[in-house]
Formats: sequence, structure tokens, C-alpha cells
Amino acid sequence: MENPFGKITTIASVLELFHDGMTLMFGGFGGVGSPPTIIDGILEKGIRELTLIGNDTGFPHIGIGKLVSHERAVKVIASHIGSNPLAGQLMHDGKLEVEFSPQGILAERIRAGGVGLAAVLSDIGMDNEMVSKDKPRFNLDGKDYLIESALTAEVAIVYAKKADEFGNLIYDKSARNTNPLVAMAGNITIAEVEEIVPIGSLNPEEIITPGVFVDYLIPSKGVNWKWAWE
Amino acid sequence: MGMGIDSRNQMAKRAAEEITNGMVVNLGIGIPSLVPNHLSKGTKVMFHAENGITGMGPSPIKGEEDENLCNAGGFPITLNSGGSYCDSAIAFGMIRRGRVDITILGSLQVSQYGDLANWIVPGKKVPGMGGAMELAQKAKKVIVVMSHCDKQGKPKIVSNCSLPLTSAACVDLIITDLAVFKVTEEGLLLTELFAPYSLDYVMNKTGCEFKICENVRKLSY
Repeated sequence: MENPFGKITTIASVLELFHDGMTLMFGGFGGVGSPPTIIDGILEKGIRELTLIGNDTGFPHIGIGKLVSHERAVKVIASHIGSNPLAGQLMHDGKLEVEFSPQGILAERIRAGGVGLAAVLSDIGMDNEMVSKDKPRFNLDGKDYLIESALTAEVAIVYAKKADEFGNLIYDKSARNTNPLVAMAGNITIAEVEEIVPIGSLNPEEIITPGVFVDYLIPSKGVNWKWAWE
Repeated sequence: MGMGIDSRNQMAKRAAEEITNGMVVNLGIGIPSLVPNHLSKGTKVMFHAENGITGMGPSPIKGEEDENLCNAGGFPITLNSGGSYCDSAIAFGMIRRGRVDITILGSLQVSQYGDLANWIVPGKKVPGMGGAMELAQKAKKVIVVMSHCDKQGKPKIVSNCSLPLTSAACVDLIITDLAVFKVTEEGLLLTELFAPYSLDYVMNKTGCEFKICENVRKLSY
């Protein structure tokens, strides 16, 4: 495989981008579509004190849940932690700060960060203290909205089915979920992919994430979330 | 109890009556997931999932699950003809834009004003709201399917919710194992009773006043 853009690399070399105390955004929904090889690498390298941003905390042994269960995170920004009882326990024990954001608004905050906007105006959960607390409001044409700040991260990690050498990505069915949004919101974005194909092999009409947003590509050692339902 | 189907399926069957041809429908976990089994034959529905699926089909047969094709609850599903995938932001865009016709969900409490409390029990772990707020606030029609009373026998339909609200004044229809209520401007209106329950029985088990429609339909599936 040629590597004309220098994006194709190894798990060992991308792991140099991770450090204690960093913000890390991850794609995936209920563990499905979170990049397993990168997550295992972060775990093995011993990275700690992470601020994690993503849809949910996966399951205790699946997806980003592994990092949470091993107490590698100090803060999580997510919409749901219910599928990972360890996350709830750590929050209860004061070992993990959790900022809850309504699921679709979280997705839009990530998208906004990814497309260079500062915030979005939202009317979701305005009468709910957990959602609206400490958030500024804005009146537009006579209607109040919450200002929901955009989210970005030092590194974003995503899982895709196929990439070409430029990092153009296509996903696999519902494993797409938050990945195209997260892919745009990293200062550095790493895609773990099932297959890397030569440039020109992907149908331009079917590319979901333009390679412009992707800095590094690593081959996946295989997914581990089929156990989520078992 | 009815003609042999259990109360969970009775509620699901009643909820299925609300679904008509061409609708986009989002189903919560639990009893709502039984609704597709009760649709009348030939009804074309696009089932929507928040993770990014429109046009979900039934569960795959054992051994044919695809680890990259799951519903929002993480369970393996299939895709019907005409179905599509999108990212989660677009999936929620469909909800907020009012393109989801019906959401059917469970609840811990519903008030006489249609306030929905289905996400936190104080003192227990906080799972997070997931997509419940957007669905409750923005789906065109919100149908709650739940047992009439909780495990302690306390009414789940109440004057004012004691549990934290998911969303205020959002529920349109409540289907319980005893009765069906419409949420109106003037409060709750009982429209249907499941056999063999009486109005008195339902009043005793309900935590607020409600009106009764002129011709109460008796449901016996």
C-alpha cells in the first residue's frame, strides 16, 4: 500500500499522541462503533486522568467502558451511563465527574465543534435543572434558548469500515452513529479502520467523512462489541 | 385476563392501533418493543432508532446477528427494504424537526397535565437522559405504555409527579394495563377500559381526578 499522505501508521506510533490529563473524544453508541484497538492501546499504555467526550460509557468491558472501569477517566461528558454500572458507581463515589447532555444535543455540540462553530441554540431540557444549570440563555425572535457550547478534543478516535489513503471514510451500518461527528471535532483525528484501500477505490458519492478531517489511519485488530447483547 | 394475551401484549396491541400507514415511529425499550408484533398486516411503518437507523426490521434469527447493526438499546436488528443509515445528529434532527410521528415509551410516572417522569429515581443511580428528552419534547405524538401502579401498588398516574421530570406537558396518550387516557387541555380523559376492570377499580388505582368519555370502549383482546 502506498502512503502518499503519510496518514497510514501503526497503533504504536499514534499512541505517542496520548498523555495523562488530556481530552479524548470517541465515536460509538452503546459500545458499537468505538475503536477497540485504539482503546486497548490507551489502556495498555496506562494513560490516566482523561476527560472523555462521547455518547455513553459503553459496557464495563466493551468500548470506552474499559477505560472507565479501569478508572482512567476523571470526567465524562455523555448522554447516558446506564449500560456501565461501574461508571455509575464511580460517579456515586465521587471518583468520576459526569456532565450529562441530551443525546441529540450532545451530537450537535460535537458537530458544532467539528465545523468551527462556538455553540448551538437549543430548547431541549430548558425546564430541567440538570440540563439548564449554569448555561446562558439567549432570546431569539421572542423565544428563549439555552446556549449549548460546542465541544472539541485534543484527540478524537473513530471506527470506520473502509478508508482510502487520504482518510476518506465509509462506515458500517449502525456503527456509523456518532463517528462522522466525532471525526470532525478532534484537533487530531485518528480513524481505526477495517480496511485501507487505494485512493480512487471508494465511490466519491458514498464517502461519509471527507479525509480532510482525518489525520491518521490505523488498521483495526477487529471489533469486540458483538457481546454487547449477550 | 383478556382472551389469552398477557397484559404487556394487550398494552402493545392497543398502542399499535395508533400507528397508521406511512408513519415514522420510535419505540422505547420494554413493552414498546412488542408493538410491531401487533401491527395490522400490510401497515407500512418506518421504525426509527436514535443511533441512526430508519426502517428497522425484526430481530435477526439466531446466528445471523450483525455486530454492526444494532438498535439504540444495543440489540441486534435487521433493516427493512427502503431502510437507511445516518449519523446520530441527523437521527435526532428527524426528531427535533417533528418528522417522527409517534414515540412510544415507558414511564415511572405521568401527571394529569401529561408531565413525563421516566428517567431518575432519587437515591438510585442516575443513568442519564439519553435521547428521552428530545423524543418527549419533539415527537409529534407521545404515547406512554406502562403498568397502572408501581411494584408497591402506588398509582403511577398522579396529580403532580414526585419524580424529576423528563419533560413537562408532553404526553398525549397513556395506555396502562387497566385503561387508556387521553391528555387534554382540561386534564385526563378516560376513553377505554381493559376487561375485566371497572371504572371504580381504575379510580381507586389512579392518583388524580379524570374525566370519563361518553362511550367508554371496553377492550378485550
